Amino acid sequence: MEWGPIILTFKLAAICTMLLLLIGIPLAYWLATTQSRFKSLVETLTAMPLVLPPTVLGFYLLVAFTPNNLLGGWLRDTFNISLIFSFGGLVIGSIIYSLPFMVQPIQAGFQHLPRSLYETATLMGKSRWSILSRVLIPNIKSSILTGIVLSFAHTIGEFGVVLMIGGNIPERTKVASIAIYDAVEMMDYNLANKYAGFLFVVTFIILLVLYRITGRNLNKVM
Amino acid sequence: MIHTRLIKELKAANGKFTLDVNFSSDAHQIIAIYGPSGAGKTSILRMIAGLLKPDGGFLQVNNRNWYHAETGIAVAPGDRNVGFVFQDYALFPNMSVLQNIEYAIPKDGDRKMAEQLIRHFDLNELRNSPTDQLSGGQQQRVAVARAFAQQPDILCLDEPLSALDHSLRTKLQDFILEEHRRRAFTILMVSHDVAEIFKMADRVLHLEDGKILKYNTPEVVFSDSSISGKFQFTGKIISIERSGILNVVTVLIDHQIVKVVVDPREVDSLSEGDQVLVASKAFNPIIRKIHTG
Repeated sequence: MEWGPIILTFKLAAICTMLLLLIGIPLAYWLATTQSRFKSLVETLTAMPLVLPPTVLGFYLLVAFTPNNLLGGWLRDTFNISLIFSFGGLVIGSIIYSLPFMVQPIQAGFQHLPRSLYETATLMGKSRWSILSRVLIPNIKSSILTGIVLSFAHTIGEFGVVLMIGGNIPERTKVASIAIYDAVEMMDYNLANKYAGFLFVVTFIILLVLYRITGRNLNKVM
Repeated sequence: MIHTRLIKELKAANGKFTLDVNFSSDAHQIIAIYGPSGAGKTSILRMIAGLLKPDGGFLQVNNRNWYHAETGIAVAPGDRNVGFVFQDYALFPNMSVLQNIEYAIPKDGDRKMAEQLIRHFDLNELRNSPTDQLSGGQQQRVAVARAFAQQPDILCLDEPLSALDHSLRTKLQDFILEEHRRRAFTILMVSHDVAEIFKMADRVLHLEDGKILKYNTPEVVFSDSSISGKFQFTGKIISIERSGILNVVTVLIDHQIVKVVVDPREVDSLSEGDQVLVASKAFNPIIRKIHTG
């Protein structure tokens, strides 16, 4: 078994999860508190990857990133980058695909906090940043951890989007799920079994740890 | 000093009603808001704090306009310096007792105040405890201490003392009064407890269905004008014994049990738990020395 696809998989999952955390917390906070009429629109778009076949998302990203098209051409002319069949493209695709797994638990966490916590801190004259970082976020640690673990595990397990926009380039876009598909195509069931077994064990451990931690009171653990 | 008229359509269990109140207070008074649940008491506090936007009216505090429907003025809640003790206390669960109090102290405030408040509120043993491990009464003490730490110009107390036992309640009432005398600010408190209102409030705003029934001193608001008694006490009915023509109502006045014989025609309007006024009209009270002072 080559370790390349495994390392690439975890590198992709780690980068995506970090970026998703930066995008997910503000987006989830906005969704939890806004009264804007665009809320349901944004909520729907965020949830779309839950129901769409990954190949649909992958297909549109493939079309968008193709240098002959508007976005792909602009990226090539302005930044001299091509996202198609590249690691950067995989990151963007995975972020969009795993977005609901980060946003939804955090949004639910914010919504379950008593409104009086926010109101008390507001009346104390605290800035929005202080309220968010000192009061709200520390009290939804378990929701944030759920978001982190779910998006990490989900990125490890993704296949359709990666195949469509990343292809199967060793060291660049060949992640573990693709390597399994590749091995089966070549009738190498033994190799496929190694990759599959490794992913099975790792995701099992991640979820087990998550449930054990959230089963206790997380605020006391962390 | 508060000078206000607040109009707001509210929803209650039995449909919509319009809250429309109009009152003024002198500087640094303690105003109790009294009335049945669903009368709009908490909504008044929330509108004054800026957490609820009125439909109309105005709000002037210490000669500053906080809200004016016609000109569109609405000062943000964070710029009003209002302290608020919520019914659920709203303590920050991620912080200890001491951290909750410290967080409330304004940037330019005196950091040592946290220690003073810890001492005053008898919280020293709990100072490092997470707030979700405290009893209801302890949480209330922390919430009131934290509200003081903010050094507010107006303090809103939404039934703040209801979960405390009698001795702690008296202690906290005394501390609030002491703090109020030391540092001039206005207190608005929702309370159902007539004895507490008599002890603490300069003015009572008696609210029902969103309208002010009476707004005056506790003595005037709670004294029935048809009784011109020289002796009046308020208390709570503990039991009513009906035996033929003689009905005995037992009333708890402060810590004293008093039995009063009541006319059969009147007894039907009374029930256990009612707050009542016990007054004597025709007879001169007897006075007997129980202890040489």
